[in-house]
Amino acid sequence: MASPTSVHDSEPARASWFYDPKIRGIVYQVLVAVLLVVFVYWIIGNTTENLRRANISSGFGFLNRRSGFDISQTLIEYSANSTFGRAMMVGLVNTILVAVIGIFTATIIGFIIGVGRLSGNWLIAKICAVYVEIFRNIPPLLVIFFWYLGVLAVLPGARESIDLPFGTYLNNRGFYMPKPIWSEGAWLVGAALVLALVMSFFIARKAHQRQMATGQRFPVLWTSLALIVGLPLLAFVVMGFPITFDVPQQGAFNLTGGLDVKPEFMSLYLALSFYTASFIAEIVRAGILGVSKGQTEAAHALGIRPGPTLRLVVIPQAMRIVIPPLTSQYLNLTKNSSLAVFIGYPDLVQIGQTTMNQTGQAIEVVAIWMVIYLGLSLATSAFMNWFNAKMALVER
Amino acid sequence: MQTKDLSFVRIELEPARPAPAGERGIGKWLRTNLFATPVDAVLTIMGLLIIAYVLPPIIRWAFIDAVWSGPNRTVCATVSQGGIQPDGWSGACWAFVNAKFQQFMYGRYTFSERWRVNLTAIMFVALLVPLLMPRVPKKTLNAIAFFVVFPIVAFFLLVGGAFGLAYVPTNLWGGLLVTMVLSFVGISVSLPLGILLALGRRSKLPVVKMLCVAFIETVRGVPLVTVLFMASVMLPLFMPAGMSFDRFARALVGVALFASAYMAEVVRGGLQAIPKGQYEGANSLGLSYWQSMGLIVLPQALKLVIPGIVNNFIGLFKDTSLVYIIGMFDLLGIVRQNFADANWASAQTPMSGLVFAGAVFWAFCFGMSRYSIYMERRLDTGHRR
Repeated sequence: MASPTSVHDSEPARASWFYDPKIRGIVYQVLVAVLLVVFVYWIIGNTTENLRRANISSGFGFLNRRSGFDISQTLIEYSANSTFGRAMMVGLVNTILVAVIGIFTATIIGFIIGVGRLSGNWLIAKICAVYVEIFRNIPPLLVIFFWYLGVLAVLPGARESIDLPFGTYLNNRGFYMPKPIWSEGAWLVGAALVLALVMSFFIARKAHQRQMATGQRFPVLWTSLALIVGLPLLAFVVMGFPITFDVPQQGAFNLTGGLDVKPEFMSLYLALSFYTASFIAEIVRAGILGVSKGQTEAAHALGIRPGPTLRLVVIPQAMRIVIPPLTSQYLNLTKNSSLAVFIGYPDLVQIGQTTMNQTGQAIEVVAIWMVIYLGLSLATSAFMNWFNAKMALVER
Repeated sequence: MQTKDLSFVRIELEPARPAPAGERGIGKWLRTNLFATPVDAVLTIMGLLIIAYVLPPIIRWAFIDAVWSGPNRTVCATVSQGGIQPDGWSGACWAFVNAKFQQFMYGRYTFSERWRVNLTAIMFVALLVPLLMPRVPKKTLNAIAFFVVFPIVAFFLLVGGAFGLAYVPTNLWGGLLVTMVLSFVGISVSLPLGILLALGRRSKLPVVKMLCVAFIETVRGVPLVTVLFMASVMLPLFMPAGMSFDRFARALVGVALFASAYMAEVVRGGLQAIPKGQYEGANSLGLSYWQSMGLIVLPQALKLVIPGIVNNFIGLFKDTSLVYIIGMFDLLGIVRQNFADANWASAQTPMSGLVFAGAVFWAFCFGMSRYSIYMERRLDTGHRR
């Protein structure tokens, strides 16, 4: 018969090391790491072997070689004699252009539709709901094709261009508008605009401080608008209208002069804006619905009129809900701009594909894409995180 | 002396009178919903004007002036374009869709073998519909049949090359068939893989966590087009010489990996929403990691994120249209390819084809989103705060 003391004296029975979660964790991790290293080694081995057999040199040296292809839309200087690296730069600029303008437009349309869906007006709410349900449920590529093949491609040719107001023309080669040409003295207009922006910024800050201190409000919006419109206009008059317009002219076969927006850009821009707007509308709607009704009622009880209630009470709170998903929609729009490759808009992916076909440097081109898109994503989310932190609830 | 009894006791209730004419019926509805304020009235009139401007031309184009059948492009072209329609005519060319319908569904799948696609589709619907209806019993058996047995049977049916079925190479596949196969495989691979990635991201093992974070963030940061390019151009480079990947398989790998990174983030949201007590409770019962995840945490977490999961499915379904870039013809791709058919090229062909493809995509995505709303309501057991 075992004495009870012996039980107390002996060490508590330790589980075998086999069941120790720490040791198990280490073993698992070592296993995963070894498998990964072996896998990567195997892939690198295969790739170098395949590249050697296909006679493709690796490395980024090709970026300094002459590209030899033309690009239809270039915002920075570029010719067929420029390098592949320069061509990629052109593509990046085009990607950023369509993304920025698209984000701007999609936000405006999205906010209008989102607020419209909550309207007390039955008809407006239904129209907005139909818009959202249509665009949310079809692929963005289809929307791009719709504009490119369905609408813009079947417009009349250059000779029968549709005449629009303000000297603009629309035909199947694009949208033509007068191109402003700045003459001497135009710098003052720009300077006035910058000055107006700086002044409105300081006025807004001063007005906010005063309101915090005394409760008196100052019409910031109207003063800023007057400054931003008025000052450049004044500079304009003072310098004697330093601008002329290069109006597109109807030639024998084509329109000459003016600024032409290519159908590729137009369809990509329109499609991205309309498609993303439907998602932004839903986000805005959720944000406004997320502000509890008590807030509106309390504001009304304090005697605040409906307009200021929306502007000062509801929207600032809704923005907190809206910003994080809005960020991911902006990122989606930027990434969706890569659909440009389907219609030949020279964005980063399309030019990368041409480069890939000409040089065979698939790995390098894909690596460049990855780095640039990741960079764009990180930059956008960093900015929106900063904005979000600014808008977030300040708690004691 | 006789006095008149003036007391009055109401023994019958006065019948309720109807509400005033202005407070009921269509007039009241119109006043509160369409003409509540002057601004509202203006908005309503603007809305009516928009509808009056947009709707009649669409209806005329799609139904009244549309051409429903015909042998070739002449029925859809005006006289000056070499057709039979009067100049200035504009209507949908459904004849094009009608003539190409088989292609839009099957691609160039061997003609005599198309019954196999039909059979697969019938099996798909027959297994899916009871799975989606909550009332039908034997869900486990049904799920096993749908996710384990069906893919194997469908593989042999569609690819062939065994059991006396002729081999149909995947480069002949196309149309809705490709869209459906890509979506089905993408969905059924991305959900388990996404769950694993999400668990890995929340793991306490630093190596596993780092790997999962790196994979998820990289894939989510780049567009699908580049992932598809990578799958199509780089996968062959990664493989040893002589080992080649079918182009269809490459697209599948690209789509599935892409979708699982997004799925992982949705599932992670659900995992984070589960209170810590649930994890601790599972631990104190002595459940192992996989037991506590599989029996306690995941069932609750997945239920919370059903809308997100279905949104991902919808996104994946729409994204399958991008495989066109690596030379595969899904529904949208094959419609687009047929615009180049000289026999049918006309000014109306692209719009008609795109509207048809859009309607198909829309029906699937809208159905999915409605079903998700329905499920969300059903599963809402009141835990939500």
